[in-house]
Amino acid sequence: MRWRAVVAVELKPGVLDPQGEAVREALRRMGHDHVSDVRVGKRIQLLLEAAEEGEARARVRDICESLLVNPVLERYAFDIEPEGER
Amino acid sequence: MSLSASPEARWTSVGLTEEEYREIVRRLGREPNDVELGLFGVMWSEHCSYKSSRKLLKILPSAGERVRLGPGENAGVLDIGGGWAVALRIESHNHPSAVEPYQGAATGVGGIVRDILSTGARPVALLDALSFGLPDSPRDRALLRGIVEGIGGYGNCLGVPTVGGETVFHSGYDGQPLVNVMCVGLVRLERLVRGRAEGEGNVLMLVGARTGRDGIHGASLLASRGLSEGGEDKRPAVQVGDPFIGKRLIEACAELVEAGWVAGLTDLGAAGLTSAAAEAAGRAGRGVVLELDRVPLREDGMTPYEIMLSESQERMLIIATPEGAGRVEAACRRWGLEAAAVGRVTGDGYLRVRWRGREVAAVPVRDLTEAAPAYERPWRAPAPVTPEPGRGVAAGPSRGGAAAPSHGGAPRPADPSEAFLDFLSSVHVASRAPVYRRYDHEVQTNTVLRPGHDAAVIRVRGTRKGLALATDGAGRWGGLDPYYAGAIAVAEAARNVSCVGAEPIGLTDCLNFGNPEDPHVMWQFRRALEGIRDACLALGIPVTGGNVSFYNETDGRQIPPTPVVGMVGLIEDIERLVPSSPRCPGALWLLGGGAVSQEGSLWQMWREGRVHGQCPPLDLSLEAAVQALVREAAGHGWIRAAHDVSDGGLLVAAAEMALSPEIPWGLRLQLPEAGDAWTAAYGEGGARVLVVPAGPEAERALMRRAEERAVPCREVGRLTEDGRVIVKSGRDAWVDVAAERAARAWKEGWAWLL
Amino acid sequence: MRLGVVIFPGSNCDRDALAAAEIAGYEAVPLWHGESAVEGVDAIILPGGFSYGDALRAGALAATAPVMAGVRRFAARGGAVLGICNGFQILCEAGLLPGALTRNRDLAFHCHDVALTVVTARTPWTRALAPGERLVLPVAHGEGRYVVPPEELDRLEAQDQIVFRYEDNFNGSCGAVAGVCNRAGNVVGMMPHPERRVEAVLGGEAGLGVFRSLRLAAAGVTRP
Repeated sequence: MRWRAVVAVELKPGVLDPQGEAVREALRRMGHDHVSDVRVGKRIQLLLEAAEEGEARARVRDICESLLVNPVLERYAFDIEPEGER
Repeated sequence: MSLSASPEARWTSVGLTEEEYREIVRRLGREPNDVELGLFGVMWSEHCSYKSSRKLLKILPSAGERVRLGPGENAGVLDIGGGWAVALRIESHNHPSAVEPYQGAATGVGGIVRDILSTGARPVALLDALSFGLPDSPRDRALLRGIVEGIGGYGNCLGVPTVGGETVFHSGYDGQPLVNVMCVGLVRLERLVRGRAEGEGNVLMLVGARTGRDGIHGASLLASRGLSEGGEDKRPAVQVGDPFIGKRLIEACAELVEAGWVAGLTDLGAAGLTSAAAEAAGRAGRGVVLELDRVPLREDGMTPYEIMLSESQERMLIIATPEGAGRVEAACRRWGLEAAAVGRVTGDGYLRVRWRGREVAAVPVRDLTEAAPAYERPWRAPAPVTPEPGRGVAAGPSRGGAAAPSHGGAPRPADPSEAFLDFLSSVHVASRAPVYRRYDHEVQTNTVLRPGHDAAVIRVRGTRKGLALATDGAGRWGGLDPYYAGAIAVAEAARNVSCVGAEPIGLTDCLNFGNPEDPHVMWQFRRALEGIRDACLALGIPVTGGNVSFYNETDGRQIPPTPVVGMVGLIEDIERLVPSSPRCPGALWLLGGGAVSQEGSLWQMWREGRVHGQCPPLDLSLEAAVQALVREAAGHGWIRAAHDVSDGGLLVAAAEMALSPEIPWGLRLQLPEAGDAWTAAYGEGGARVLVVPAGPEAERALMRRAEERAVPCREVGRLTEDGRVIVKSGRDAWVDVAAERAARAWKEGWAWLL
Repeated sequence: MRLGVVIFPGSNCDRDALAAAEIAGYEAVPLWHGESAVEGVDAIILPGGFSYGDALRAGALAATAPVMAGVRRFAARGGAVLGICNGFQILCEAGLLPGALTRNRDLAFHCHDVALTVVTARTPWTRALAPGERLVLPVAHGEGRYVVPPEELDRLEAQDQIVFRYEDNFNGSCGAVAGVCNRAGNVVGMMPHPERRVEAVLGGEAGLGVFRSLRLAAAGVTRP
């Protein structure tokens, strides 16, 4: 069956996020000084075939670790749900 | 970080040996605490202390009329006249780039730029000497792509043009690429700053990015040990570069230096605050006290150990007078940078660290810096190989990548024309435009000769002067004979800048070697240094400093010994520079000569996937004479183009001159009657330069001067407008192809790689 | 005439633009991103670079800088504004120019010469050029692919808002657009760098026309 996985990739805690820093500075300048931290990540959506959820999760995990995520700098989490027949 | 109480774990946890630990206890007269041990660990690491190389590096000639700052400073500085000075340095970022290619290369660029900033100079050019494994595996291609992207990603954003460098392939770098980055800056002599913590009571200002946990024991420890397969455990040490802060540091430092508010300036690189503070204090013979509670932190709960050892990027240490500190802070704030007074200069010669109201470390500065251990590591020459008849003693089998000499070799290709096209389109020879087109090489609008010539040339704005910049690495020769490699790296880099008409005035060297605890590697290192020394003396070029990178080994596999030279040449009149390809066709002359051979050549590397045999004979006096002749010819306007004959031999050099214009020239090349055509076409060796004389009168003048200087000089062919590349061996057309086809092979050979 | 060049944090062609303006015979002054008043200048250049490190989207953060309020007022009064490279990206993000600039088709940074065709000479930055004229200028960008919906592109063409086109559309821009202007024509954005080609020693003077146009425009010289 078909599954929809939504993967969130973010920098590991403690890894500098230059992009987040620049956005935070700009927000503060614009008056949003209540914002103390900004981290920029990526959201990646996958449609995949798998017999059951466990297999789908294993496949997504493999995809994340072999390509989508740079384990040196990033970590990830994902949600998975069955994709309705269209 | 809490270090275990077990004594052995104490020294191994910071990468020291038991003897080194005992030495620390002896010098302090007590056991060091955890923070102090951390300071010793990083400062006595190979990376920071140069403990295996420091004594040997002294053999390099570093004096010269133009030298204003030499080895031991953040960067070398050369006087170029007219009140201007050029700052130069090259540095490796091999280990970080092997672990995380994009960030490793990016932070390599950032780090060397801040070294140049430390002299008060504005960075004006970057060059990258890259060595990769043969791009047969996806992993090696991914390393190549990541590193090229990282260099562009950082350098482009920074607004410092990347004007040159080189990219070489050799199986000895499989999985362990070399990333050597050179930066050049310009500074008015009266604004030259040093990395010294002068003036008791002066304030240490930490400027730029906040301090986080990144890279604790990163560069220092990583570069002081080899890599092992599955180097996952070393990964958390990787730092992330922020070129946006790097760019603002350039602007803020330039403003502060211009205003004269800086008493001393140094960057935070390997070993972070520890090394910056200790070295600045050490150079001035002073002490410093650091107040860690004042260090702006990016993460909560950082310990003194972590703050002192953090290798967070984009930080500089400014030494300011107490009155100037406020102005430094204001100028930094204008650029959106934090500046915190984190310490002051003292007179007691100690590095003292205070945190939460108490002293957490107190160590004599000398013991961390100049009095750090220096070893004479044992070295051993390889077992002698029986010389072949009529030859000298071979340099011995290489343990660095290239396999032991074999006398078989690949069969000769059947068709010279097809072989020529294939070689041109190979990764070894094909145009590097696909790489340098990814780097902004024109920002700052000073780039007069863009990448693709023998050397890049940037002008010194407001003067008629130009700087010619080139790098040359010699890893391919290193495995055969490290002495030859050291000498030829200097000679070819000098030849490159001479070819554009510049006088080589100083160099910076990056010495990439394997494990110095291996006596054979130590022998390679010594021989390479002797080669560099002899070539520098023969050509009259001082070494202004550089970098040593040891432990380039993976699971005991050592890289080929790879000396890399970054050369700066000076052109007094920018109008007199010479490109490597002429604007209009003409005769092709070969200046210089010497024995050539296929052994160790790029042709051999391409044909067999490795190099073996002996290096060609070295003739440094011919080298000096050829270079002087080319410079003289350029200065008089006798030549319209000049190109060094090196990688790929005579035919490749001639082809590059013909094929690099948008519409390629045709080529006629006559190979010598005697000997094997393949060797004549692709063999390497000697001191040779191809030039295009500017006309009959120039030809006569050139011929006369060549005779006076005892430099062989003869016409070997022409560049034409007939669209054919025809190479003759004797009377026969040996290679005959359409220039358009050859140009396509050469220009598009690389497209698939990136 | 006095030309102002805005310096954002991360701008890196600001000094180049100031130098080029002087070579073209103007007085050139820097304008600071934190100042919203832009007074005493006759034209404004937003230079190339990586303002705010290109965070989020190229130009997005610079578009919110205080100086942009001043640039907006200046443009509304009909003042001549030129965005080069990152400056073009900023003008699009600020809504002063139509469209958006996204990553190049091949996702790579490109630094090389490109051939352009001048499409309109009606702007103050192209008055000295002729429609149809070929210009070779360098590009240096990773996010220069111009994107607009097809109907918007038709409208831009109909309203004579296309200023330059690439001869070889290397980055995949809609309509091969290398430069556009606003409806009134006084605000122009272009990806190639004219300020890098104003001296023979640096490879030619092909970019001088862009700067010289300003003087013709001020003198009221028009071209059909």
